[in-house]
Parts: sequence; C-alpha cells; structure tokens
Amino acid sequence: MGKRIGMEVAIAVAEAVGLCDIDMAAVYPITPQSHIAEHLSDLVANGEIDAEFVTVESEHSAMSAVIGASGAGARSFTATSSQGLMLMHELLPIASAMRLPICMAIANRAVSGPLNILNDHTDIMPQRDSGWISLFVENGQEAIDLSIQAFKIAEHKDVMLPVCVNIDGFQLTHMVEPFEMPSKEEVEKFLPPFVPHATLHPAKPVTMGAFAMSDYFTEIMKAKNEALKSSKKVILEVWDEWARLFGRAYKPVETYQAEDADVLMLTMGSMGETAQMAIDQLRAKGIKAGLVKLRLWRPFPLAEIKAVLKNVKKLIVTDRAISFGGPGGPVFSEIKSAMYAEARRPLIYNYIYGLGGRDVAVGEFVGMFDKVLADTKNEAADTYEFWGVRE
Amino acid sequence: MALKSWKELPIGCVVSDPGSASEYHTGSWRSQRPIWDNAKCIKCGICYVYCPEGCVQQTEDGFFKADLDYCKGCGICSHECWPRAIKMVEEE
Ligand code: SF4
Ligand code: SF4
Repeated sequence: MGKRIGMEVAIAVAEAVGLCDIDMAAVYPITPQSHIAEHLSDLVANGEIDAEFVTVESEHSAMSAVIGASGAGARSFTATSSQGLMLMHELLPIASAMRLPICMAIANRAVSGPLNILNDHTDIMPQRDSGWISLFVENGQEAIDLSIQAFKIAEHKDVMLPVCVNIDGFQLTHMVEPFEMPSKEEVEKFLPPFVPHATLHPAKPVTMGAFAMSDYFTEIMKAKNEALKSSKKVILEVWDEWARLFGRAYKPVETYQAEDADVLMLTMGSMGETAQMAIDQLRAKGIKAGLVKLRLWRPFPLAEIKAVLKNVKKLIVTDRAISFGGPGGPVFSEIKSAMYAEARRPLIYNYIYGLGGRDVAVGEFVGMFDKVLADTKNEAADTYEFWGVRE
Repeated sequence: MALKSWKELPIGCVVSDPGSASEYHTGSWRSQRPIWDNAKCIKCGICYVYCPEGCVQQTEDGFFKADLDYCKGCGICSHECWPRAIKMVEEE
C-alpha cells in the first residue's frame, strides 16, 4: 500500500504523473495549473524522473509538442487551464483524430471575459466535441488516482485516445488534503509500457494527420466516434482493476442516497462533496433527496444515466458553464436529451451556479432542493436559472 | 480503387505506405490545361519551380511539360511564365 500523506493537490498530481514513467511533458504555466508545471519541471530537473520537460512559449505549442512527441512514441503529458485550454482548442480534435494517447490535467477555471482566474467549467465545456475522453474528479485522492489511470486508459490498444482529467482550479488544485499516494512499484505493476499504434521513425516512414476529402471524411468521423464510444468498456475494466489493487472504486455515474430518492441533484467535480452535506441535512428532515455525480463526461454514459434517473420524479441538474442563448446549461441539455425518449423520466430543473469561483455553501444546495420541491405545479421544470444572481 | 468502409480504416488514418500520395490523381480536378508554346519559352524553369503539384518536368530538349495525371489546372505556371509561353485552355 502507498503511504498516507498530506500535500497540495496540484503538487500531488505532478507527483502522480511522475510515477507514470512519462517520456516527456510540455506544459505552459497558467493559474491555477502552474503548480503542476512547476513541480513536474522540478522532478525532471532534479533527476527524479527520466523525462524531457519541454519549455514552450504557449499552450498551442505545448499541445503541438505533445502531439509530436506522442506521434514519435513517447508517453506524453501536459496540463493547462482556461485561456490555455482555449488556445489548445484548435489542436485537440487533431490529437484525437490521430489517436494519440496524450494525457492532460485541466485545472478548471473560468474563461475570460472579464478576466477571472477562479474556478468553474467554462473552459472544458467548449472542448466537449473534440474527441477526448473527459473525466471529472471530486477531491485530491481522485485527482491522483485518475491522473495515473488516464495513461492506462489512453494507451490501451482498443482506445488510443487522449484523456483529460478535470480538476477544479483552486477548490481542488490548491487544497492541502490527506491522501494515499501509490508507490512507484504499485504504479509499475498497474501501468504497462506504452506500445504506440504507429511511430514516426525514419526506419519505417509513415504519414500521420494526412489530408482527407469528402470521399473519406464521413467514414473517418464515424470511426473516431465509435472509438470514443467503445472506450467506455476499457475505462470500466481499468476502474475494476484499480478497485482490486487499491480498494477505491470508480464509476461513470456515482450516486449518494439515490436509491429511494424523490428528488435528485446532479453535480460534476468538487461541488459533489458540498452537495452531499446538503443531502444529509435534507434526509435528517425526512426529505428523500439524493445525489448523482457525473464522473465520465465523454464518452457520455447514456445507459448509466438512464438507469439512475428512471425512478426519480424531479431532477436538479447543476451547471458551472453557460450556453449563451441556448436552451440551458450544457450538462442540462445533454441529460434532457438522454431522457427524452424514456417512458419514465423526471422533471428536470437547471441551476447555473458557482461561476468565476463563486462559493456555493451547503445551505444554498438545500435552497435549490427547497425551491424545486415547492414548485408543486411544476412551473419551473425545463427552465434554467442563474442561482443566486442579484436581480 | 474501392473506397473503404469506416471499419476498414487504419487507426488514426496513419498512412503506412510511403509515397502513396502518387496514387491520387489530382489531374481529375482540372477544368483547364496548360499548353506550352516552346517558340516563346526561354527555358528559365520558373514554371517547374512554381507548380504546386510538382508535376512540371523538363524534357530532353530542355523545354517543359506537365504530367496531366497530376496537373490540376491551377494556372500558376501560366501566370508566372513571364515570356507568356503557357496558355490555359478549357478542358473538353
Ligand atoms: S516559365 Fe515559361 S519561359 Fe520559363 S521555362 Fe517555363 S514555359 Fe519556358
Ligand atoms: S496548371 Fe498548375 S498544376 Fe498544372 S502544371 Fe501549371 S502550375 Fe502545375
């Protein structure tokens, strides 16, 4: 067993990545991700890990560098946040189309403008359709575990796709938490060496990222979509193995007190822990409230979502991003569309909250439940609201 | 060449057959073809240098011609040839 330690989560993520025998990392610093970049470059500079740390002049270059390195057969890592992720945007679908198993930690932060360095999910949501596997974590232990699992999932021969691990900026990255860090030996046992599907080498010339016209583009998009969808099987296998080895189980959709709940709330990331405290308070008052935590954002766990939501009367979907001028928050839209054809489906309410780092206290989660339960005529169902906005 | 289904595509669409781009005949795009008038040609080689397809070749007598399997009819050779030795004509 690894030893139990207390550490800042961003530093711990760099430590965890350092256990994964990476060949290279290219990371450009940006708040609140910078501690990952700094600590990883320390590990390389101090000779603690045998890897190249490529100092780049932007996130566009960071993503370009890991694409090139991964194409050459190197286990490659990067990390970013907010504007940095937006700058990488152009390259994200290229990495997935080329089926390069790059791993990336995202310290989620609000996208400008106005400039704001604090936490929400407005950086990851615009990357939704880039073809990456996208995972969310709720605490430091999960951030460590998923950062290691990411390599195994990404590099599996039936996956070969890039993976991003979403770690709420500040709320998680800058917290000092106690957790269990797996040992080097344990990670070595868990994570086999990277066997690329093709490499850039003069001895065997190949072309990666070639041009394709309309006669092939549709087939290529279909193949990529199927690859992402079918990666779920491997993700589940990796989580099973992790549970056996380390005793910590992960699921695409996790629940708390959801079995007999009349009203459920859905959260992603660090808000889950606060919401859980609200559920305890509501249960103590005899209200059958429960929680659904969406861990796997892409591939979207359609079957699991349907199974969890089929018996509940009301569902509150929380969103930490906005689709301006759209039908609601991005998570809300997806959950609604997932449930549309179901014979039994809940009334769905949408609260957009926690934007630009605004705190959402336990009492506010209770308030959301109270408001939805008070809507006896279901007038607010199917609508969205900016929770706590000053009128 | 029969088009492949999505299931038959190599992972990441990696092309493992070097130089296979030559199997793709860009000549099928052409709506105009370049015609050389060797009486005006001074053998400067500008058309050879500027052709984006790399399909202009020098013949044994030192003049130039396009490989019509690959010439896409862009007209750059004609535009760049300063003695105006290359004329673009409509394909039938
Ligand atoms: S550019 Fe014109 S003049 Fe020069 S080699 Fe070509 S055809 Fe001849
Ligand atoms: S028309 Fe274009 S492609 Fe054809 S030979 Fe001239 S420059 Fe090359």
